Amino acid sequence: MTAPLLEVQDLSVEYVTEARTVRAVDRVSFSIAEREVFGLAGESGCGKSTIANAVLRLLRDPALISGGSIRFAGTDVLALSTDELREFRWRQVAMVFQSAMNSLNPVMTIGDQIVDIFTTHERATKKAAFARAGDLLDLVGIPRDRLRSYPHQLSGGMRQRVVIAMATALRPPLLIMDEPTTALDVVVQQEIMAQIKDLQRELGFAILFITHDMSLMVELSDRMAVMYAGRFVETAPAGEIFDSPRHPYTQALMNAFPPMSGPRTRLKGLGEGVRFRDIPDLAPVTPTHWVAPSDDDSLITEALS
Amino acid sequence: MSLAQDPRAMAELDLGTPPDPDGHVVAIPPPRRRRGGGGLLRGLLGNAKAVSGLVILVVFALMAFLAPVLYPGDPTLIQGIGSQPPSLEHWLGTTAKGQDVLALNVWGSRSSLFVGFTVGILATFVGMLIGLASAYLGRTVDNVLSLVTNVFLLLPGLPLLVILAAFLPQGLGTVILVLVITGWAGSARVLRSQAMSIRGKDFVAASQVTGEGGLRIMFREMLPNMASIVMSTFLACVIFGIGAQAGLEFLGLGDISTISWGTNLYWASNDGALLTGAWWVFVPPGVCIALVAFALALVNYGVDETTNPRLRRPRRRTTPDAPTRVAGPTRKEAAR
Amino acid sequence: MTASETPVLSTRGLEKTFTIGGAFSRSHVRALGGVDLDIAHGEIVALVGESGSGKSTLARCIARLEQPSGGTFLFEGQDIMATSKRRATREYRSAVQMIFQDPFGSLNPVHRIGHFLERPLRIHGAAAGRAEMERAKLRLLEKVGLPAEMLERYPHELSGGQRQRIAIARALAVNPRLMLADEPTSMLDVSVRIGVLNLMRSLCEEQGISMLYITHDLASARYLADRIVVMFAGEFVEGGDAMELLANPAHPYTRLLISAVPDPKRTEPFDPVERALLRREVLTPTGCPWAETAAEPCSDEVAVFHRLSEQPEHWVRCGRYAPSADAPGTSLELPEDDEETRTA
Repeated sequence: MTAPLLEVQDLSVEYVTEARTVRAVDRVSFSIAEREVFGLAGESGCGKSTIANAVLRLLRDPALISGGSIRFAGTDVLALSTDELREFRWRQVAMVFQSAMNSLNPVMTIGDQIVDIFTTHERATKKAAFARAGDLLDLVGIPRDRLRSYPHQLSGGMRQRVVIAMATALRPPLLIMDEPTTALDVVVQQEIMAQIKDLQRELGFAILFITHDMSLMVELSDRMAVMYAGRFVETAPAGEIFDSPRHPYTQALMNAFPPMSGPRTRLKGLGEGVRFRDIPDLAPVTPTHWVAPSDDDSLITEALS
Repeated sequence: MSLAQDPRAMAELDLGTPPDPDGHVVAIPPPRRRRGGGGLLRGLLGNAKAVSGLVILVVFALMAFLAPVLYPGDPTLIQGIGSQPPSLEHWLGTTAKGQDVLALNVWGSRSSLFVGFTVGILATFVGMLIGLASAYLGRTVDNVLSLVTNVFLLLPGLPLLVILAAFLPQGLGTVILVLVITGWAGSARVLRSQAMSIRGKDFVAASQVTGEGGLRIMFREMLPNMASIVMSTFLACVIFGIGAQAGLEFLGLGDISTISWGTNLYWASNDGALLTGAWWVFVPPGVCIALVAFALALVNYGVDETTNPRLRRPRRRTTPDAPTRVAGPTRKEAAR
Repeated sequence: MTASETPVLSTRGLEKTFTIGGAFSRSHVRALGGVDLDIAHGEIVALVGESGSGKSTLARCIARLEQPSGGTFLFEGQDIMATSKRRATREYRSAVQMIFQDPFGSLNPVHRIGHFLERPLRIHGAAAGRAEMERAKLRLLEKVGLPAEMLERYPHELSGGQRQRIAIARALAVNPRLMLADEPTSMLDVSVRIGVLNLMRSLCEEQGISMLYITHDLASARYLADRIVVMFAGEFVEGGDAMELLANPAHPYTRLLISAVPDPKRTEPFDPVERALLRREVLTPTGCPWAETAAEPCSDEVAVFHRLSEQPEHWVRCGRYAPSADAPGTSLELPEDDEETRTA
């Protein structure tokens, strides 16, 4: 078996302020193989974005990586110097941020921004860079003449595709996508996901995909993990998580979507009173399906509708 | 956005509150940040810049208050030989006429501070009214008020000051009036844009749907959200008031019979102190004005830093590009 | 609904055009074309559409936060615009309430929770005296399932779901007859959405309040509403009984929305070819598939609606009618781009 591309062991990230210290990520371990799509699902505040930013060491003060290790293709990411990190970022691991389409420079054309990547990182000539920029747009199905457009002249979906194309520009083996479709309309979301799937098949990169909407991951991910309050509660191949979720939180997440067919029955939501505390470490239920054991003690329900 | 300021982040960090013994979950909030004026004051007192600024201001305020105690009697009385440099008898020397410079400036603080703060309060108040009205009362009102504001912004300030002061009768009231007329437009523009951004928020619409009246929405819903910028604007207007008053008086257009830092400068120039090089006559009032302005600016920075945690200097010296810190033991383990 | 029961809300030809730009260069955006909407007493109607469809504008016009550019609307039979053209009366404010999308933005951060409940009670004279006021506030909290200590908290200390519950309590304080809910759960965590929807449904049922539920999510519309109306580019395209409409969607835009519903257990994979076809049908209509069976003649210029069935109710807009030129751009991209992608 080949060594995993990204290996995260017992990672803990804390935010240290004068008032208190909060553990955003608590002893999380997972690994991603080459060409694999790993989906990380959870709701706001569970720590999934923190993990994504931690891999690239993008978190700012008062964040602190307080424990664990992150290894990428054998290199220890936590030991890299600033210069080494600069090489590492975007060439080895690239990231697509939430509402990345709004982070395009509004006063530069799309073409100029893509060309920037090539001229900065690979010292390509402008002409060569421009040609490659055109190739990139082809990859995501945007007409080449859009290279001369400004970001505001493109629709939200197109901008997001441009950003995704820019992330793949230097052919990094791993792409981290932090809720790339959240800011888009529902109809466009699935189309972007299809685009990502096509790109992944064609270019062969691995993806760490962060989302709060599990329905988007159905077709894309190979394996998935569900996070709650900084800890993993379940991890399994995608099909198994959707077919047979075992942890109550995963089950609640899957059942939170009203059905489009069948009789109308009153659904029971997770409710804001439910809290899982002291989530134990993952234990294997099958060799590939790991669940944090939970009994009734750890589940506290408040009488809410 | 910094964690401490972004409400979403604060809610995010509120991870899994534990239930109490009989199983009921009470949402335990994060340590409550006090809001409103009390919170601002407390925050200011913890900020080094604000504290130093406040200390200087308090010193000057005390000086103004206690002037009759420190230097009883009329400071314009001739007390010694003219144009004497600082000595034990007259700590800052004497003016060309023979008046004690220190006494003049201690007494002068009363008028300068009074006019400065009055102008600050009035200009900010007018600006606030105009800003709120522009934002809330609709497009037509906004267009009209913006036009007026822009006209006043464009009018050259100093000539206007001079003309108004020349035509109106002399007196402190005139000075205040003139300064407010030339000074309100700047604060109006700033407060208007802040008010407009608050106007677009959902909670204002929610108040309208609840049935709140316009006045209540403007003053009880919108204004409290503008507290910190009103404060900053006020401080800036005070600086303007003190400086412009001094300028007017230096030109001889203020009330020459009062004692203030500006008139001290006027007499210094008139009596030829600048020519004879009697620095102890014109430096002190200038220094006083500069110090007060500096103190106000420090408090202004303090207000900004308190209300916008992003501006606070982080505990550690980090550049914005520095990669995430890794705890010591982790780094050592990794190196092994 | 019997003939003698007047609808709670009835709009006819309601439209809203925004002018953008300063004094010298004006351009017009028609956010709302002429729409006719009826809401019966105690009914929950879902208004479904994406961003830019005009659904929020419609709600804001009904809430009298915006002044419509044309058309009329009747509340309980009374022509609202005729009686008070510019501002809403106090009676109207106590009859029509609104819940906003952003739970973080709809509560003023400088006030405590008690303030939000007290103001409507005080304005509309619902409680006399301090003791009764306190009791009324606690009753409201109880109705939305929140503990009494919430009154002393500030909004930033509450979670998103709790804030929306406070917003619901605030709306209930005046005993409204119509509630406008503008995407109340779209900014909440998935796991708390159902709870809020259940709360809204049960409150409406208990107190006979009508609701206009605005959303982009057809699944929650199906869950909550009796009737659904689908909106695109400022106009209605289809509407009718919720179950009937979703079982037999007629208009291509409705079919597009159905295919985009988030569902983790979805069985059919995403089909880009069909998606592209639907888009093209929406933006460049070719003909009207319901022309033969329709009682009303088709029309290119006027938005005619064809009745597909009376009981359960189901109507659809004529297939020959295309969105107007000055409607706001929607998120649907032009078919040309899709053709290049899909046929390449």
